[in-house]
Amino acid sequence: MTFMHKVLATTAAMALSAGAALAEPALIFDLGGKFDKSFNEAAFAGAQRWAEETGKSFREIELQSEAQREQALRRFAENGNNPIVMTGFAFGNVLSEVAPDYPETKFAIIDMVVDEPNVRSVVFNEHEGSYLVGMMAAMASDSGTVGFIGGMDIPLIRKFACGYAQGAKAVNGDITVLSNMTGTTPAAWNDPVKGSELTKAQISQGADVIYAAAGGTGVGVLQTAADEGILSVGVDSNQNYMHPGKVLTSMLKRVDNAVYDAMTQGEALETGINVMGVGNGGIDYALDEHNEALVGEAMKTAVDEAKGKIASGELTVHDYTSDDSCPDLNF
Amino acid sequence: MDRMPHWADAVLVPLISLILAAILSALVIIGIGEDPVAAFNLMVEGALMRSAGWGYTLYYATNFMFTGLAVAVAFHARMFNIGGEGQATLGGLGVALVLLYIPWPHWSLALLAATLGAAAFGAIWAFIPAYLQAKRGSHIVITTIMFNFIAAAFLNYVLVNLLRPQGAMDPATEKFPEATHLPTFRDMFSSAETIMFRGAPANVTFFLAVIACLVVWLLLWRTRLGYEIRAFGHSESAAKYAGISPVRITVIAMLISGALAGMMALNTTQGESERLILNATEGAGFIGIAVALMGRSHPFGVFLAAILFGFLFQGGAELALWTNIPRELIVVIQALVILFTGALDNMVRMPLERVFLALRRKEG
Repeated sequence: MTFMHKVLATTAAMALSAGAALAEPALIFDLGGKFDKSFNEAAFAGAQRWAEETGKSFREIELQSEAQREQALRRFAENGNNPIVMTGFAFGNVLSEVAPDYPETKFAIIDMVVDEPNVRSVVFNEHEGSYLVGMMAAMASDSGTVGFIGGMDIPLIRKFACGYAQGAKAVNGDITVLSNMTGTTPAAWNDPVKGSELTKAQISQGADVIYAAAGGTGVGVLQTAADEGILSVGVDSNQNYMHPGKVLTSMLKRVDNAVYDAMTQGEALETGINVMGVGNGGIDYALDEHNEALVGEAMKTAVDEAKGKIASGELTVHDYTSDDSCPDLNF
Repeated sequence: MDRMPHWADAVLVPLISLILAAILSALVIIGIGEDPVAAFNLMVEGALMRSAGWGYTLYYATNFMFTGLAVAVAFHARMFNIGGEGQATLGGLGVALVLLYIPWPHWSLALLAATLGAAAFGAIWAFIPAYLQAKRGSHIVITTIMFNFIAAAFLNYVLVNLLRPQGAMDPATEKFPEATHLPTFRDMFSSAETIMFRGAPANVTFFLAVIACLVVWLLLWRTRLGYEIRAFGHSESAAKYAGISPVRITVIAMLISGALAGMMALNTTQGESERLILNATEGAGFIGIAVALMGRSHPFGVFLAAILFGFLFQGGAELALWTNIPRELIVVIQALVILFTGALDNMVRMPLERVFLALRRKEG
């Protein structure tokens, strides 16, 4: 942090004194703020890694109001920042209006497709990773019931749930998959208490592995699962370390890599739709010293085989958002 | 007898409060290792020196004018309407329903209708607490703040379950039709050679807010109803004795207040986002309280205070963009101004009154 502070302080001082247009990249965090232990923080980690490796600096802003979305984009673009990276689907509307005004500037948006010639849209095949952890959950389950706890009930999260259910059913056709959403508003991303309640409710219905795709709410899910002696599955970042031996695995969504790549490519950023999936390392499951004992050889072999098949295209996982329906799970 | 001249009350007290707040803010900025002078320059530069900066300052100011007037009108009837947030939330729903379900040929007609929709929904939301206050004696502060939460939950439900387009991630309505989009300052003031107010959200509702300031002034000081409201606010028993119905004045003052708060949604919903989003009010209902306090509940004071707070918001955004000052500290700076100009009013006023009294005694 101290290093970053220095970097940022220097750039701030430079901008204050000269207002000079530097072609440094900029990163815009959504209203959730950059230290959300999940999505935004992963983006920050990627930018930080880039800054440390290259010794260069980047600009960043945490938004305070809706009106600032457009403002931040325009001000960074006018300042000559390039590329400008933003996290979250909520920027989609604004970016499609702003991007044509700054054809010289490259933009990268994560989790949303914006069809403009100077925009790189990074989307993740979360259903593929969820499929893999769904397989693992089904193999680890003794009760024949596994659970899913989502954050806000939006198509994106249903995509997670749907992939998870397909993976679980692929291993055990008779398995019961429970699914609950925390809420219908953005507050659902940060409600660990409710996450904990939902976990208890699913345990009482027999679930012994629970997958949380719920941002900050997942912290409560993982905690309660560990307290109650069942297994949990983390999301986005590697969350295995949070309760060693109690977290079966984590579905990795490498937002950090997406940000890192965008900043590394710099002004020559390749535009278009960039799909990050199991095939190109954008999506994976986490295996480290904290969950080695939980993931046996047999499980690892089976999952890696499925991973290879997904990567080669031999196995397709149904994407909920492609037709708003899921073969293995009802919402 | 006035303890100090009118100009001192209207100008000197807010000014000294502001300076005190600025000094404390500077200390805070020094505390985190930044340069307060540079930060202040950046705020002025970003908010007042560029036309786009003004565009944002006036955009925020428009919100604060409406909510500030709302609080001011209720305040003249000695009621503390802290439900501006909820009334504005409902106002947004009114705007969205009018614009989504009726095809409008031109933005001017759409704006008129949306104004009515916003005002009606805001007024309805204020009516229930007003009725409870007038007839049942339920304290308006308690009921209005509770209604803020109900409004937020209600809008949630409506957006998520009824108005959200199929498959959308955001809890928001679809975009309003093209014909209802309001002209922004850029559309109004740019010539072919120079583009002014580029990308700024300020729009024609700013003028509506200015007109609202005028109308509220006329209403309060030039009509019988305004006289009744003020008389009721000064002394309920005297007003009753003069034949003014407390129930009627309570309800009417709150209806006007709610309508004004609801109209704030025109700016954010029809003007800026051009669709109804969950977080359209963004705390402007609460800032309105500070604006009304600082503006001494006078429409002209509200106008000036709203612009000051608009400056603080836009300047704060500039700080967030170009410095290392975290957004939490920007909120602290904004809160310090509110604290000094709104809550700690007497801290400046009382010593100042003593100074003026001493001066007068010397003269005498």
